[in-house]
Amino acid sequence: MLLASYWFFSTLTIAFGATAILLRNPVSCAMSLAVCFISLAALFISLDATLIGIMQILVYAGAVMVLFLFIIMLLDLRMEKSRRLNFGATLGGGLVIAAFLSMLTKVILSDPEFAKPLPPLAASAPDNVRMIGMTLFHSYALPFEAIGVLLLSATVGVIVLSRRTLR
Amino acid sequence: MDTVKILHFLTTPWVFLLWTSFLKSFIFLNLTIIVVSVTVFAERKVSALIQDRVGPNRVGIPLTLFGAKKDSFFWGLGQMVADPIKLLTKENFVPAGVNKFYFWLAPKLVMIPPILILAVLPFGSTLFGIPMTIAEMNVGVLYIFAISSLSVYGITLAGWASNSKFPFIGGIRSSSQMISYELALGLSVVPIFMICGSLNLNEIVDWQIKNGWLVSPYWPKGFELSLLLHPSDLIHALVAGLSIQRFALWIPLLISFIIFLVAIFAETNRLPFDLPEAEQELVGGYHTEYASMNFALFFLGEYAAMFAGSGAIVSLFLGGWSCPLIPDGSHGWFWGLVNIGVFFVKVSLMLLFMIWVRWTLPRFRYDQLMKLGWLGFFPIALGNIFLTALILAFIHH
Repeated sequence: MLLASYWFFSTLTIAFGATAILLRNPVSCAMSLAVCFISLAALFISLDATLIGIMQILVYAGAVMVLFLFIIMLLDLRMEKSRRLNFGATLGGGLVIAAFLSMLTKVILSDPEFAKPLPPLAASAPDNVRMIGMTLFHSYALPFEAIGVLLLSATVGVIVLSRRTLR
Repeated sequence: MDTVKILHFLTTPWVFLLWTSFLKSFIFLNLTIIVVSVTVFAERKVSALIQDRVGPNRVGIPLTLFGAKKDSFFWGLGQMVADPIKLLTKENFVPAGVNKFYFWLAPKLVMIPPILILAVLPFGSTLFGIPMTIAEMNVGVLYIFAISSLSVYGITLAGWASNSKFPFIGGIRSSSQMISYELALGLSVVPIFMICGSLNLNEIVDWQIKNGWLVSPYWPKGFELSLLLHPSDLIHALVAGLSIQRFALWIPLLISFIIFLVAIFAETNRLPFDLPEAEQELVGGYHTEYASMNFALFFLGEYAAMFAGSGAIVSLFLGGWSCPLIPDGSHGWFWGLVNIGVFFVKVSLMLLFMIWVRWTLPRFRYDQLMKLGWLGFFPIALGNIFLTALILAFIHH
């Protein structure tokens, strides 16, 4: 059951990730990325990480991608003209991908850690919300707050920049 | 022999879970759709009542076709059947120049999220020992927010794919409105989590059964009908319910109830927040170009979202399926059914309230709507969380 859902949703994630790159219509790209995020969330949920899965939908599919879609529509981006394939660029890109993949397989095959079978899933915690809260606010309280301040300063920076252009 | 085998198969844990979940989904989905179609009819009848009209009263059962002397009108209840037939048999006109795929996809995306939300609503306690929630989730409330945040897609895409000015403005308005009010919606329920200590809707309902509905400042502890015969025990129960902390917590809870209620109105695009489809300025808003069943999906999607929102309000603030003096499903299947009935009665009252508001209040202006969301509800909801934390920290039982 777990394996079947893993294959189904990982195929979906990769397929829609690919269409997000390959399609020419910007709205279609944004929508396929949203579906990609949702199937990623389904993968998290099938691993019993419900909170992370729900957050994935809430933050990425529900907020970030909606804003993307919003901006694409407001800017009225036309469909990209399909260009003819640049032979040299395609060849170069293919070479980079092949080199990366071959190195990745080499590393995976050489390290004995990867040869071991995967450990079984830890017994699912009845309340993983509480566990995440404990981890965030006890063990990692300082980094968490630091990130909060960083985001706040970014927000203030955006407001300052947009104000300056208005004047 | 074979029946024993089948029974054994049906009671294996995962098969049992599978078929009970299917059955529950089927029953509750159909009950919801019935409630939705009755709500559409009630909307017309209540609006007629409020505007001092008669409302639809002609469509009934055509008994004269079968040789009777008179038709039976049943207060126009036949309208519930006539409307869908009209919508289903109309021509599904697709204007030239629309983006066909997204034009077709958008109405479905509006209808799907409210139906998905039904999965975590606690419809009742238990029936024959089976919990009456389709899927119990430990982050049920967040699931509702996550799924309802997806309903923006349908409306935005409808506005964009129609390739026409008015729908586009409607779609843009709707997405900015929903994004703005989602914040207030999410922040307004944080006090509940702080008080109940859970994100699970079932546990929040259980907390309310023990400690009283979240909108009430006072709840007699362990009150039962039999206590009326023992006055001293009765007074004891009444006094035991009194607590300063509960009274103090009533203030933030009432604030969050009001913010949540108003935000649900904004999220379902109901009056006074129906700017995305404001008829006087935008023709029909994002669904201007739609006809037939595609239009009906927008229409029913709005009512299904009203149902889902009311279900969330009822479970979070109004005690869910519980009602004082009514035992839960562990006392027999009859009480299990009564609990489901209580939930649907509460949801129906919420829906009636939504209809009542629609025909009472005028529409906001768009900048007023945004100002209310960002400058009113958002800071108040943030302050409310702080207030709840202070009360929980400094006032003890």
